[in-house]
Amino acid sequence: MSTAPASPAPAFGPGDDTKEEHHRPSLADAGRKLLEGEMGSLRVIIVLAIIWTIFALANDRFLTAVNLSNLALQIAAVGTISVGVVLVLLLGEIDLSVGAVSGLAASVMAVLSVKNGWNPYLAIIAALGVGMAIGIFQGTMSTRLVIPSFVVTLAGLLMWQGAQLKVLGDTGTVNLSEPAITNIAGTFLAPWVGWLVAIAAIVGIVGSALLNLQRRRAAGLEAESMLGLIIRTGAATVAIIVAVVVLNSDRGVPLALTILVGIVVVMNFVLTKTRFGRHIYAVGGDAEAARRAGVRVAALRTTVFALASTFAALGGIIAASRLLAVNQSSGGSDLLLLSIAGPVVAGVSLFGGRGTVWAALLGALVIGSISNGMDLLALQSSVKFMVTGGVLLLAVSLDAVARQRRQARGRA
Amino acid sequence: MSAQTQAGAATAPAPVAPLLRLRGLTKSFGAVQAMRGADLDVAAGEVVALVGDNGAGKSTLIKAVTGVQPADGGTIEMDGVPVSIKAPQDSAALGISAVYQDLALCDNLDVVANLFLGQESQRNGKVLDEIAMEKESRRLLDRLAVKTLRSVRSEVGALSGGQRQTVAIARSMLGDPKLVILDEPTAALGVSQTAQVLELVKRLRSEGIGVIIISHNLADVFQVADRIVVLRLGAVTGEWTAAPENRQAVVGAITGADIENGDEVTP
Ligand SMILES: Nc1ncnc2c1ncn2[C@@H]1O[C@H](COP(=O)(O)OP(=O)(O)O)[C@@H](O)[C@H]1O
Ligand SMILES: [Mg+2]
Repeated sequence: MSTAPASPAPAFGPGDDTKEEHHRPSLADAGRKLLEGEMGSLRVIIVLAIIWTIFALANDRFLTAVNLSNLALQIAAVGTISVGVVLVLLLGEIDLSVGAVSGLAASVMAVLSVKNGWNPYLAIIAALGVGMAIGIFQGTMSTRLVIPSFVVTLAGLLMWQGAQLKVLGDTGTVNLSEPAITNIAGTFLAPWVGWLVAIAAIVGIVGSALLNLQRRRAAGLEAESMLGLIIRTGAATVAIIVAVVVLNSDRGVPLALTILVGIVVVMNFVLTKTRFGRHIYAVGGDAEAARRAGVRVAALRTTVFALASTFAALGGIIAASRLLAVNQSSGGSDLLLLSIAGPVVAGVSLFGGRGTVWAALLGALVIGSISNGMDLLALQSSVKFMVTGGVLLLAVSLDAVARQRRQARGRA
Repeated sequence: MSAQTQAGAATAPAPVAPLLRLRGLTKSFGAVQAMRGADLDVAAGEVVALVGDNGAGKSTLIKAVTGVQPADGGTIEMDGVPVSIKAPQDSAALGISAVYQDLALCDNLDVVANLFLGQESQRNGKVLDEIAMEKESRRLLDRLAVKTLRSVRSEVGALSGGQRQTVAIARSMLGDPKLVILDEPTAALGVSQTAQVLELVKRLRSEGIGVIIISHNLADVFQVADRIVVLRLGAVTGEWTAAPENRQAVVGAITGADIENGDEVTP
């Protein structure tokens, strides 16, 4: 390795690493970065733009405020579940039970509140508690007995589906009318509240970017260029304003969407700014290296599985609130597959350690847009499934290609 | 045989306890006995070279000391106090740090994140202090005279073998260690950077830090070590000062040609 390079090496240093010199940013460079997944979020935004353009051309109802409002409501539940899926994927693990857990949690909430007359808030907390307990159980099984999470959560999928049937009993369907529950998906923020939230978000984004820039400059460290910062925060600002304008021109910003975005923002903070988040990426990148560095890998994995199941439970509650009922197929069908497909489409690597939690939201938007658009076109389920599957396959291929290119470049 | 006069505790029976004292460490992997009662002393400010053939048990020994693969039996003392090292956190708490032969870096994280993994700086309670970590990273890498790393925010997976090795070495210097263990630290390095690492080892010694260095390069070993310990088939078979005239004896002990002497060496 050290004695090899053919290039005339400078007299100092090992001389085998000049590849980073003479780095001019170019279009080809940007293309390479896109391909190698370094700009995962940008990639998915481009994909989303293409999908929206296609459906807007195919059906003029697609880009209307009413439809986009519906889309926002449709993705809230699956997006929330996907937040947990992202955490698990970042570890390089998988959780196949999130759909079943969402169904079971919704059933627990419905039965406790409707049949047993519990206070609805207590019923919601109990449902979240069931989710968390399941996550702790599955995480502990997987880490302590060293069983692949794939297997543990596959068994869980079956068990929790069975538990859901048991909980629902012979009634099968429980209708929800308790306002505390139905308001989760049924509430739309008043226009001025929507703007207040939007302004707070924009101030937060711009403020933290400027603060970070100023801190790094004060410390004499390399900082992002002002232009880059303006483009980045400007794009986010425009997106927020457009979203609020559109949603306000219909019923207002849905509370459920606000909850999802809030969760994504909080989890993004946890992942990028705390030790816990850093360790999740580390374990996903190289679990043994993380262990040697003193990371308590088993405890970390268990915590992440607990979080994933809790978010799954919350997603189930939001779905029940939107559909005003829980039945035996709640949490079933393609919910599990879509909640995993979304983040993967949006650039979270199945191999662990790469991706951001924004992929939960963006992925749900992509998958939800495809589904919503094809519904508008009155396409059959057969077509919907095949197209969604094709998009997922494409995304996974991009991930695999990115990984191979990184490996080829990194360890030349 | 004259060569073995330095064997055992020949280096003056000091009244103070050594920084690290290993006695009778054993470790088996199934049927393979990787360590069969290994003994080793390292004083503060002493550089001990651990040499031996491939499969002699060198890496196994250091993994026992760092808790990455705890030993099955035997005792470990730090400053004369018996300690229990069952996990990497235990050795870290005792001020032991290591560079592993297989580096153990997270390819998906940048240089700063790798350097501070497991001991991240925080501010305001629970928030990562990226600026403090980045500044400290630069200071560390400057100390290692790393000129080739363009950005400490590069992903480690995109670095060359030599750069990765330097990151791993820098990692072991973080947080005032008392004992630094280097398993084949110069294997991926060129001539000038190897010299820098050896300089660094000498600097650690002058700062009173104990160093265990494993290397196949006897020239390096004789240049930097105070004492050379030969491991063979999971046990220490002899130790020598790094005087040039001992070179033949060390080679003999590594290959086993000198085995009849080695067998006599017991604490
Ligand atoms: N994790 C392991 N599982 C099984 N055998 C191992 C393991 N680690 C080391 N060994 C065996 O233990 C012996 C000592 O290995 P090692 O300590 O790596 O030697 P060295 O570093 O001196 O080359 C070898 O026979 C090796 O095959
Ligand atoms: Mg070894």
